[in-house]
Amino acid sequence: MSTRTSSELDVQHAPSALRSAGRVLATLWDNGKARVGLVLLAFFLLLALVGPLLSPYDAKENTFPRSQDVSGAHWLGTTAAGEDVLSQLVHGARISVLVGFTAGLLATVVAVLIGLSWGYTRGWVAEVIGFVVNLFLVIPGLPFMIVIAAYLQNGGIAVIIAVIVITGWAWGARVLRSQTQSLRSRDFVEAARFSGDSAPRIVFREILPNMTSLIVGSFFGAATAAILAEAGLEFLGLGDTSIVSWGTMIYWAQNSSALLTGQWALLFAPGLCIALLALSLTLVNFGVDAVSNPRLREGSRTRKADR
Amino acid sequence: MRTGRGSFPGRYLLGRLGLFVLTLWAAVTVNFVLPRLMPGTPADAAIAKLSQNGPVSDATRAAIEAQLGVPGGNLLSQYGSYLEQVVTLDFGVSYTFYPQTVSSMVSQALPYTLLLVGLVTVLAFVLGTLVGVLSAWKRGTWLDALPTLSGSFLSTFPYFWTALLLLFFLGYVLHWFPTTGAYSATTTPGFSLEFLGDALAHAALPAITILLTSLGGWILGMRNAMINTLGDDYVTFAEANGLRGRTVALRYAARNAILPNLTGFGLSLGGVVGGSVLVEQVFGYPGIGYLLFNAVIGQDYPLMQALFLMITVSVLVANFLVDVLYGLLDPRTRR
Repeated sequence: MSTRTSSELDVQHAPSALRSAGRVLATLWDNGKARVGLVLLAFFLLLALVGPLLSPYDAKENTFPRSQDVSGAHWLGTTAAGEDVLSQLVHGARISVLVGFTAGLLATVVAVLIGLSWGYTRGWVAEVIGFVVNLFLVIPGLPFMIVIAAYLQNGGIAVIIAVIVITGWAWGARVLRSQTQSLRSRDFVEAARFSGDSAPRIVFREILPNMTSLIVGSFFGAATAAILAEAGLEFLGLGDTSIVSWGTMIYWAQNSSALLTGQWALLFAPGLCIALLALSLTLVNFGVDAVSNPRLREGSRTRKADR
Repeated sequence: MRTGRGSFPGRYLLGRLGLFVLTLWAAVTVNFVLPRLMPGTPADAAIAKLSQNGPVSDATRAAIEAQLGVPGGNLLSQYGSYLEQVVTLDFGVSYTFYPQTVSSMVSQALPYTLLLVGLVTVLAFVLGTLVGVLSAWKRGTWLDALPTLSGSFLSTFPYFWTALLLLFFLGYVLHWFPTTGAYSATTTPGFSLEFLGDALAHAALPAITILLTSLGGWILGMRNAMINTLGDDYVTFAEANGLRGRTVALRYAARNAILPNLTGFGLSLGGVVGGSVLVEQVFGYPGIGYLLFNAVIGQDYPLMQALFLMITVSVLVANFLVDVLYGLLDPRTRR
């Protein structure tokens, strides 16, 4: 054991990490709900990527007749400012996907760093981390976001992402901590400790790879929350109202009383897109849950989950 | 209730209370630090608003700063007077609704939110938990598939969007419910039957919104916890002993499965209260959330700070109560 160099260990770890990621994906695909989620998610990713090429008009072109109903030229009508609703809808996918994935990723990184150190350390350090995490868990997220966003007015997307990350990492940290705690007493961790590995090395090389599905799960959870939070803040007019996103579309629709003028598409289409994107992530997460908790796997009633 | 060595409830309660007070202090301090971390001061914002109409003289600036109670002295003495404000519930004067005090505005809005969000949240929790037990017990049948799928579908809907949908269909199209406010202009608030009926009708749409969007979480949480306990040995043992299905489900499995869900209940309260900001804004319901929205739009910093503190403290208190209840129900946590 001790004669092995670290590069040999790396070689040993790389394929197993790949293999475990592959296994996670295969199990996900096996799960019916998760498969629907993956397909839906792929659709939105594609839309965000190439959507602007497909959209009939530019999202900010406002030369059309105002507040038009659904027609052949404007499949979803036009806004009160004379923009094409369908083009805005297609362009809006970018913001939601960008915010969801960036904020979800950053929140997960914070959750991993804090959750793993919280779970691995003992004594007063763990107590202090625990106190901070619990504080962030109980402070109500959206009011907190609203207050921060109000102070940092018109900060743009970066501020929105920062606000979501600040308020969104704690839940993941808590979940990852309990798994770390149970892994830290396993044999392979003990062995690494006795062979003199440093704590960060044990945490990130030995423990982390065994938590792939939990981490993937907390990423999807954080991304879903981020998408809903971004839409909520934009809807309240606390984001950057000059950009075209699903949240700002509803904000402007509400501002121009689209409900009263009967322009249902203007209000309902962006909301439906937000809901479907969030749903796709939730469905994928069902599959991830099944990977990390075999008892939840369809049709199985296995005994002990391995935790 | 088991009492024995190391599980004396009084000591557990004392420990929890200590942690609660510490958390409360931290949250109150966050509320103090936050505005000071941010660029600009409320007075700057007010002066900026004023300077759109022309240049602002130094005298006016000084007057505004004095009026808005821009704190003088060092950070420590500011913190001292802030804590004094919090203890005496004196948060100064609102900018936007001058000369009303922040405290009077909060106490006007609080009953609406407490009744609406509080009652609906408890209702959603009870209903969702029962459905969750049922779907775990009837796993694999339509009694499982229907609530889990529709519940998770509904819970991915943005709060405000669900609110708008209901407002449109049940309010504008079908005219089943009033669309805005907490009571009609023609009724006077009081303990009359007429007012109560009117207030209930106005609360219906926001209540349905919160119920629909939060049910899914409780159903799924309870179902998953229940499935975990159903796989445990003691449940298998109870089943093997020939106990009736319903007895096993409720007395054995659900009783233990509800414990983690109870913690989840405490934690998700913050989400429900936060979601109610959006819901109250859509329906123009004059509760805490609506007030917060207006405070933000009007850059009414004293009101905003007081409201955020109010919301945070109420969530903390609810969490503390849930925590205590958990400890009483599960003696193991008291160790």
